[in-house]
Amino acid sequence: MNSKTTGTVIGIVSNLVTVLADGPVAENELCYIQLGDTRLLAEVIKVNGRNALVQVFESTRGLKNGDKVEFEGRMLEITLGPGLLSSVYDGLQNDLTTMEGVFLKRGEYTDPLNREKLWEFTPIAKPGDKVIAADWLGEVKEGWLPHKIMVPFSFKGGYTVKSIVPAGQYNVDHEIAVLTNEDGEDVSVTMTQRWPVKVAIKNYREKPRPDKIMETGVRVIDSFNPIAEGGTGFIPGPFGCGKTVLQHAIAKQGEADVIVMAACGERANEVVEIFTEFPELIDPHTGRHLMERTTIICNTSNMPVAAREASVYTAMTICEYYRAMGLHCLLLADSTSRWAQALREMSNRMEELPGADAFPVDLSAIISNFYARAGMVILNNGKRGAVTFIGTVSPAGGNLKEPVTESTKKTARCFYALEQNRADQKRYPAVNPIDSYSKYLEYPEIISFLDEHVQKGWVGRIQDAKNIVRKGREANEQINILGDDGVPISYHETFWKSELIDFCFLQQDAFDAIDSLSPISRQKFMLDLILDVCNHEFSFADYEECRNYFKNMINIIRQMNYSEFESEQFNSYLADLKKLVEENGK
Amino acid sequence: MANKAYQKVYTSLEAITKATVSLKAQGVSNDELAVVAGRLAQVVRTKGDLVTLQVFSGTEGIPSNAEVVFLGNPPVLKVGEQLSGRFFNAYGHPIDGGPEVEGEERVIGGPSVNPYKRRQPSELIPTGIAGIDLNNTIVSGQKIPFFADPDQPYNQVMADVALRADVDKIILGGMGLSNDDYLFFKHSFEAAGALDKIISFVNTTEEPPVERLLIPDMALTAAEYFAVDKNEKVLVLLTDMTLYADALSIVSNRMDQIPSKDSMPGSLYSDLAKIYEKAVQLPDGGSITIIAVTTLNDGDITHAIPDNTGYITEGQLFLRADTDSGKVIIDPFRSLSRLKQLVQGKKTRDDHSQVMNAGVRLYADAQNAKTKLENGFDLSDYDHRALSYAKEYATRLLSIDVNININEMLDTAWDLFGKYFTKAETGIKQNLIDKYWKGN
Repeated sequence: MNSKTTGTVIGIVSNLVTVLADGPVAENELCYIQLGDTRLLAEVIKVNGRNALVQVFESTRGLKNGDKVEFEGRMLEITLGPGLLSSVYDGLQNDLTTMEGVFLKRGEYTDPLNREKLWEFTPIAKPGDKVIAADWLGEVKEGWLPHKIMVPFSFKGGYTVKSIVPAGQYNVDHEIAVLTNEDGEDVSVTMTQRWPVKVAIKNYREKPRPDKIMETGVRVIDSFNPIAEGGTGFIPGPFGCGKTVLQHAIAKQGEADVIVMAACGERANEVVEIFTEFPELIDPHTGRHLMERTTIICNTSNMPVAAREASVYTAMTICEYYRAMGLHCLLLADSTSRWAQALREMSNRMEELPGADAFPVDLSAIISNFYARAGMVILNNGKRGAVTFIGTVSPAGGNLKEPVTESTKKTARCFYALEQNRADQKRYPAVNPIDSYSKYLEYPEIISFLDEHVQKGWVGRIQDAKNIVRKGREANEQINILGDDGVPISYHETFWKSELIDFCFLQQDAFDAIDSLSPISRQKFMLDLILDVCNHEFSFADYEECRNYFKNMINIIRQMNYSEFESEQFNSYLADLKKLVEENGK
Repeated sequence: MANKAYQKVYTSLEAITKATVSLKAQGVSNDELAVVAGRLAQVVRTKGDLVTLQVFSGTEGIPSNAEVVFLGNPPVLKVGEQLSGRFFNAYGHPIDGGPEVEGEERVIGGPSVNPYKRRQPSELIPTGIAGIDLNNTIVSGQKIPFFADPDQPYNQVMADVALRADVDKIILGGMGLSNDDYLFFKHSFEAAGALDKIISFVNTTEEPPVERLLIPDMALTAAEYFAVDKNEKVLVLLTDMTLYADALSIVSNRMDQIPSKDSMPGSLYSDLAKIYEKAVQLPDGGSITIIAVTTLNDGDITHAIPDNTGYITEGQLFLRADTDSGKVIIDPFRSLSRLKQLVQGKKTRDDHSQVMNAGVRLYADAQNAKTKLENGFDLSDYDHRALSYAKEYATRLLSIDVNININEMLDTAWDLFGKYFTKAETGIKQNLIDKYWKGN
């Protein structure tokens, strides 16, 4: 088109560039700035008279006033289609694996999808079918997942399928169907479509309340504070508390069809760990390679700041796309604080009046809008799909009274508080069992799901366990104030029962092949076992005997955790445990 | 055209602050260097034809009619084998009396490595210090700072680590080094006979603070030359990053930016990450490992500088004076090497990670016992054993003056476990107990 708006650069501060535009520009519209023979992508973030303030997704080194700008007339979009899984993208969906050289080159943009690859297509719709946006026209096998080819989400109104290709092998750009709209015009559909990342994909019938939990194999989550399929949660914690290890464990073990990991302003070596480990890892639920169902969006802390914000939106859009196929997607973003900081940097350069801690005042609204895009949905064809979202937050100084944590707490339903104190004592995962919560435990839908799938009255048992931990903490405080001899022995017993739950159930070795993944059935078995012990009345001559007794018991149960469930070794420790309990039995 | 700006001389400054000058100029590009009254400066902002320059050596004595010439390019370093054994200032000019280096000009602060092209760090860097090798093992391609109060011997520890590490090149980036510390490094490198593999970029306290901003990029550009072009293992030492961050806040303050926490610029995280993320394991064998120093104010790690650093680096090493043993130790609670599991038990003995965890857990029990003691309570037999263990553990393993190999460290730990505890009290996996237990 020749009607594109153009402009010239008139001001530069770091990656915020002011452009004098010669025509209309839209908020969030993209533009390219010509710098020598490279073109730098930028996004409009503020319009002031004829001046457009744009954030450049690259380094602006060498840019000059007077450089030419071309506006694109569209927002930041990504390409959706078969081949997204097992890809590694930057925040703007450039394929990092096909880039040349060791260093990232400024202005190098690569195609997100392999255009040549042939996909085995099977039609679902037939000529004459009435369809609307997001209806399924056919499917291809992407890894082992059925990847639905849908009527593009942007199509408005009703369409009739005029023709559809027969089963066979096609590349993503091949025309697979022709649809006729209500005005009788024909439109062509391929396997790909484009969608602006900052707009939620809402082509579904309804978004009901979540009604089942997503298993992660992590005991302190699944049993103590479960997250729902389609739920939201966040993990705040100071550095060094095991945030990333916990998130990786959830990614490896989470019961989801598709995993999207957004490494947002975090360490590059952590992403490398995913590249290195995931292709080797086997998905415990399907026996297939984990990488086959994983997409990585990677904007590490040294990559351009402006693309950090884009990276979380890109990741969410990919999840929503797979959700529309009736799949369950798990989105992990590490860390949303870096994204908030990116917003702060821009707001600061635009000289906006700051909110708390110099963050922009609408931070809270931006965060809750983003979390709201997760959820379980019923598609137009009655099938269910879900996006479960877990974000980490890196609070400055480990202090949870800071804007990002507070804003997130208002919107996320699960809160996994990582505690410096626990981490210092190497009690991993360092999730505080008392302060953390899952609002889903209050949902009648979830309670009845757990009654049915784990055990009748399961939520009550969890509350019992939490109470023992809470009472143990109180007892411990008393002991610390009054001294070991200053309290009755029963205080010690109460304290050690809570330690039993802590050491044997809440703590879990993420680096041990067996202990790292604990299915809910095993969790139930172990919690029953431990609660039985806790309900037992013991008698001890003095507190030292009490402590030694429980230390011994903790050791036995930990050995059980390291053993294959119900194996000979496991059962022999179990017998040891029973003997130990009986010895003190009355 | 770039050349036009190169030749033009401007003589009218619109504004002068302590760190910046502003003037009207045309055809100026972002990040470009300029010379203001003979001093090096860099473009940090353009607004219409008003250009703001950050003057590295400060603006003292610059008149409003100072001559300004734009150089047309960002800061560069000449790279080549000749860098070895040399000492340079923040601009990359020799300060050791030797000749200028001849070589290819590289723009400093260049692009990032494509994360997909990185390799997972997997090579152990032994230091002989058990507080590091046993509890917080360092891996090539890692970035890790020492968190230390100003009165602690962090520069000595860093020099020890550097000289013991098996690497091809050591690059020192000294920011705000006292002249004494600069000479200390110089002498220890000379005494070790290692000068030919060491390159130093030094800004001392006698020099203007804003110049420091160039040091990390200079050091890392040299590091990238050896790691990428020559496939060498490079260790970069950056001391003191707190003084670097202070210089950042000076510039941002002079540019009227709204400060965020602790009067640091809002971009502190990105600014520090750009430096630390240069640490890399490259596919062809070269690597850059960064060991830095972040000085703390009275141990406060919630201050914006250590806090942001902690989120960027792969762990931190915490120095603390231990009153029981009278030694400076590497604090096992606050220290962490995030990459340690990549080598522990893989490049080291199979009992490494369990011994490490047990050792620290038992040390924590001793701390609890100590609290009880301080509060005037009676100690149990276990408490007494834990306390004796802690003292010996601090002396024989945590102290920074330890210099033994990793197997010796593990054996020492088993010695202590056997001496003070029962098998069950250590909580170590049975098969390892069977293999290594040294007591009854």
